[in-house]
Amino acid sequence: MPDGVAAATVRKRPNWVPYALLAPGLLWLVVFFVLPTLSLASQSLQTGDVYNGYSLTWHVQTYVDALSTYWPQLLRSLMYAGLATLLTLLLGYPLAWFVAHRSGRWKNVLLVLVIAPFYTSFLIRTLAWQTILGDQGLLTSLLDRLHLTWALHGFESFLGAVGLGSGSQLLYSPFAVICGLTYNFLPFMVLPLYANIERLDLRLTEAASDLYASPVQAFRRVIWPLSLPGVVGGTLLTFIPATGDYINSVLLGSAKTTMIGQVIDAQFLRVLDYPLAAALSFILMVVIIVLVMSYVRRAGTEELL
Amino acid sequence: MADHATGDLRLSRITKRFDRFVAVDDVSLTVPEGSFFALLGPSGCGKTTTLRMIAGLDRPSAGSIDIGGTDITDLKPYQRHVNTVFQSYALFPHLDILDNVAFGLRQRGDKDWKAKSQEALALVQLPDVARKRPTQLSGGMQQRVALARALVNRPAVLLLDEPLGALDLKLRRQMQIELKRIQSDVGLTFVHVTHDQEEAMTMADTIAVMNAGKVEQRGDPATLYEHPASTFVANFLGQSNLLEARITGSASGGRMPAQTHGHDVVVAADRVPDGINDVWIGVRPEKLRLGDSGTNQLKGVVTDASFTGVSTQYLVRMPWGFEVMVVQQNDGSARATVEETVTVSWDPGQEFILDQRQDETAGAEIDDA
Ligand SMILES: Nc1ncnc2c1ncn2[C@@H]1O[C@H](COP(=O)(O)OP(=O)(O)OP(=O)(O)O)[C@@H](O)[C@H]1O
Ligand SMILES: [Mg+2]
Repeated sequence: MPDGVAAATVRKRPNWVPYALLAPGLLWLVVFFVLPTLSLASQSLQTGDVYNGYSLTWHVQTYVDALSTYWPQLLRSLMYAGLATLLTLLLGYPLAWFVAHRSGRWKNVLLVLVIAPFYTSFLIRTLAWQTILGDQGLLTSLLDRLHLTWALHGFESFLGAVGLGSGSQLLYSPFAVICGLTYNFLPFMVLPLYANIERLDLRLTEAASDLYASPVQAFRRVIWPLSLPGVVGGTLLTFIPATGDYINSVLLGSAKTTMIGQVIDAQFLRVLDYPLAAALSFILMVVIIVLVMSYVRRAGTEELL
Repeated sequence: MADHATGDLRLSRITKRFDRFVAVDDVSLTVPEGSFFALLGPSGCGKTTTLRMIAGLDRPSAGSIDIGGTDITDLKPYQRHVNTVFQSYALFPHLDILDNVAFGLRQRGDKDWKAKSQEALALVQLPDVARKRPTQLSGGMQQRVALARALVNRPAVLLLDEPLGALDLKLRRQMQIELKRIQSDVGLTFVHVTHDQEEAMTMADTIAVMNAGKVEQRGDPATLYEHPASTFVANFLGQSNLLEARITGSASGGRMPAQTHGHDVVVAADRVPDGINDVWIGVRPEKLRLGDSGTNQLKGVVTDASFTGVSTQYLVRMPWGFEVMVVQQNDGSARATVEETVTVSWDPGQEFILDQRQDETAGAEIDDA
């Protein structure tokens, strides 16, 4: 039975191809993620200073200090990122729907336009919002020209009242930061939504309406549940980086809008308190992982409806 | 909501245009309440479009639709007590089978949705799949779920758009019988779209044959088969031998003399359309017999004989070149072999007569589309 023997040897040989394919990515992860994370963890438990060096003393107190001092910034970051994510979803869903199903031969052009902002630097894009929202900026002068300054003032007082503004200007406020975050992360929301919505079988809405569902009900009971994978993907891609973002707050916010990313940045690069900065980074990571996991689990059981 | 409108479904002069293209052209139809009605026609003749207008998914460009006298032309799909079994099934992939079936009932706030849905699943003989997802079922099972999902609402009219199209022949025959049984059990009005003439004939009480956006003829299967009103219907429903002929005299004793390619024949007078002399004499293959037992006799040469079990199908070439098809039961009656010269015959009244100005090939090539 030479055939059988040959087959057996072939089958026995370990199939190393999948591992070979995995190797570069794995190596990359180990070098640029696992090792830094471990070093960060160790750093957060060390004591000492930059000049005399650090030693690992398992000083857990750093975590307690970090949390008790900076919990407001952490909470604020989560809130801004959450609001920005909600706004990107509200803006992005109809946009993705339009591009996917209504744009006809303009589809590719529109998709390019969605990612067009990536061709300029993050910094420049954010700075542009200064010129839009500033006191003599585009928005103010436009409203001025239209004799709508009263509306602007009304809006500013409204923002002040709900705690998202100073009451007298748009720029350097939570509102401006959230605008910047929303704008900067919109493509991260639109692209996964688009990929999902484009594949939706619109005949299902006809089936739903044939089964007595009004357009709103058809959306709620059929389209939205089927969009959830895209929604989850988009919200994660938006929420996670937005929480750790600090550029928007630096350029568009004020001392009252400090986000956790700014604190970490300052501790690492200016205060040079490495253990504290490392501890804050770790806390942020854990908080995000916990939030994301509970979110994904709920989305999976369709409780988000 | 015209929720409880029941009664006959009536389409009055319905037209549907897509830009310039007329997909459905001035169609009027009445579907009696509780009947099994088939819309039969070749691909692209406007069957789906007609169905979509009844469901409310497309708006007619002209004309009106009513059920039992209640005009539903302007009602949205979700306001009509009409349900559809889509050709693509269109089951909701994120819901399990029970939730799919219960969708319409819950939409209408029926408290009894669970029991009714389970009953509907039992009716289509799928009692055990309630908690599965559509993708876990075979095509035939999905088709039955789609049927249950529509049936469970007990609509005034149930629309079926080629629901058996994706099934293999055996399952298809089985489902045809099942559909027919379900229809007579629950007594709903079914409008069944198909391009399979055999399916339409075995299932329907009434068939409307559509061609290029128009209804060519409407009637019960036997009438359509025995008395087709056009060459299209004659060719689309089964096989026909169309003989070019002239009426040569007037009626006497219910018979009329005619001549086809120089051969004298007689036909039943009541089958001849008024005032027309140039005609097609249509004779179905199974009405033609080998041998001279019939009154009308033609001689020809057998060019092909194919044995199909219960019957044998012969092609017999007439002196003028035309080949007629003869289907002879294998019941001990005359047999013939290829190259043999035979007489084929039929009796007056077994034929149908059509105006010769009609295209003899209409509806023929697309028979098995
Ligand atoms: N939305 C539309 N826009 C333009 N033309 C259409 C549209 N829907 C249908 N048509 C045209 O109308 C004609 C009838 O289409 P319909 O779908 O009713 O055919 P059908 O009889 O159901 O055919 P089949 O047996 O292939 O399903 C076709 O020629 C089709 O191209
Ligand atoms: Mg169709």
